[in-house]
Amino acid sequence: MAPVLEVRSLTADHGRLRAVSEVSLRLDAGEVHAVIGANGAGKSTLLRAIAGLHPPASGTVLLDGDDVTRHPPERRVAAGLSLVPEGRRLFASLTVEENLLVGTHVARPGPWDLERVYDLFGWMRDRRRQRAEHLSGGEQQAVAIGRALVANPKVLLLDELSLGLSPKVVRDMYATLPRLLAEGVTVLLVEQDVSQAVRVATRIHCLLEGRTTLTGPPAVFTPAQIEAAYFGLGKTHP
Amino acid sequence: MNWVGAVVQGVLVGGWYALAACGLSLTFGIMRLVNIAHGDLAVCGAYLTLVLSSALGLPVGYTLPLVLPIAFAIGVALHLLLFGRALRGGPLAPVLVTFGLSVMIENLLVAGLSADPRSLDAGRLALAGVRVTAFGSVITLSWLRIAGFLTALAVLGGLHLLLARTSFGRLVRATSDDLDTARLVGVRVRPVFATVAGIAVATAALAGVFLGMTATFDPYAGGLSLIFAFEAVVIGGLGSLWGTLLGGVTIGLVQQLAAQWDVQYTVLAVHLLFFAVLAVRPQGFFPASEPEAA
Ligand SMILES: Nc1ncnc2c1ncn2[C@@H]1O[C@H](COP(=O)(O)OP(=O)(O)OP(=O)(O)O)[C@@H](O)[C@H]1O
Ligand SMILES: [Mg+2]
Repeated sequence: MAPVLEVRSLTADHGRLRAVSEVSLRLDAGEVHAVIGANGAGKSTLLRAIAGLHPPASGTVLLDGDDVTRHPPERRVAAGLSLVPEGRRLFASLTVEENLLVGTHVARPGPWDLERVYDLFGWMRDRRRQRAEHLSGGEQQAVAIGRALVANPKVLLLDELSLGLSPKVVRDMYATLPRLLAEGVTVLLVEQDVSQAVRVATRIHCLLEGRTTLTGPPAVFTPAQIEAAYFGLGKTHP
Repeated sequence: MNWVGAVVQGVLVGGWYALAACGLSLTFGIMRLVNIAHGDLAVCGAYLTLVLSSALGLPVGYTLPLVLPIAFAIGVALHLLLFGRALRGGPLAPVLVTFGLSVMIENLLVAGLSADPRSLDAGRLALAGVRVTAFGSVITLSWLRIAGFLTALAVLGGLHLLLARTSFGRLVRATSDDLDTARLVGVRVRPVFATVAGIAVATAALAGVFLGMTATFDPYAGGLSLIFAFEAVVIGGLGSLWGTLLGGVTIGLVQQLAAQWDVQYTVLAVHLLFFAVLAVRPQGFFPASEPEAA
């Protein structure tokens, strides 16, 4: 079977800085891949390039076998690729419900709608008329996930869910992941917390200065190998 | 005239300023476009009405069902051809592009329709008035001014409902909050912005029609109306529609009250007020969003 999402030697620049260099990924349906790496490793740029917000310098993005490299982000959403951006980026002046409704704008048919999102995050239904800017960080992250889910993506890109959240909130957030996977979504997530990534991922990719330094199922690596790839200590380089 | 009369007239005239300014407020608030040609587009609306009503032999009011859709289409086309590109070209590009557009419109109007002052025939509405007694003084109000004020209220109210209650309005507000993220959830920004530009030009044209009925206009009349409209927007608070109404009414009031003193100081008084507001409360009375505390 063709992978749901395939990225072939993607390269992306910020001006003269090469942020992502020749990165390749293959996600089969139902997999969870985690991209790990230090600050500035290029993780967000990689996800934004896959989502279509950052035009790549070269490389290809295939969604269900279709080349979407030149498609704008709004077309990729309609084709089943949604990104939950770093820092949640809710529409601050809109209510929780309005944020979700904007997410349904080009929704594909599928299991997710507002009711299902309210069921997933118990507190949300009662506070749906509150403006998004009045929510806590964890609540905003939940709305951002819900806003992407209601489009019924095949592939969900999650950029640093845990950013600025307390360990308990992060645990709760990751506890919802199996529920998403049960509905058949494939996940590519970025995580700075390596232990968290190793726990949830079927495969990890470690980026260092835009290059892949290690990739494979987390079980095959020792913590020392991952650490070396993460900080670029050189020992695991082929 | 008397002081009570000046206040009432000021409010009514202020309605017109709000109508002239709301399109500017809309495009600035939503797409961060400062349209220097907004006043010229209003004057174009007046000329278009003049040409259509004389060509078709129709009274001014009956041409509106033609003028407004044409103005809307012009706004959409301007966005697709000019504004959209200019907005991607950094902060200065929209100002330069719309300034160029303004100069072009003025010169085309002079070349095509001469620089003679014109006016629109409002028919019976222009002469009829109503006498009311308030606070012991008798005031004569022209129906035309009242119609202009009510039209402004209806337009602002309609825009408010469109933005607050419809799914289109929700997309507009989301895009205005965060353009990149709106794209990430599937919003196609170009048609949304083009529609906003169309609405803005249609409101400008409507303001131009009322300008033409209450005063004379010439190809250069857009400049002064733009300045007043711009001041109304800033006084009211950038990007807030109700603030724009308040700003318009404030300008109308100051103008009429200054005229009680000496007619030649009206324009100066408005500019001084604008200056004072900028100095004391630069964010205006009702800024669209309070400066972030967090
Ligand atoms: N808008 C931008 N303009 C210029 N350079 C940028 C921009 N965004 C990111 N960069 C640079 O590109 C590189 C990769 O940044 P990116 O945000 O993708 O890293 P990241 O792995 O997501 O980091 P973090 O963990 O801090 O989120 C960094 O060197 C960063 O400084
Ligand atoms: Mg990042």
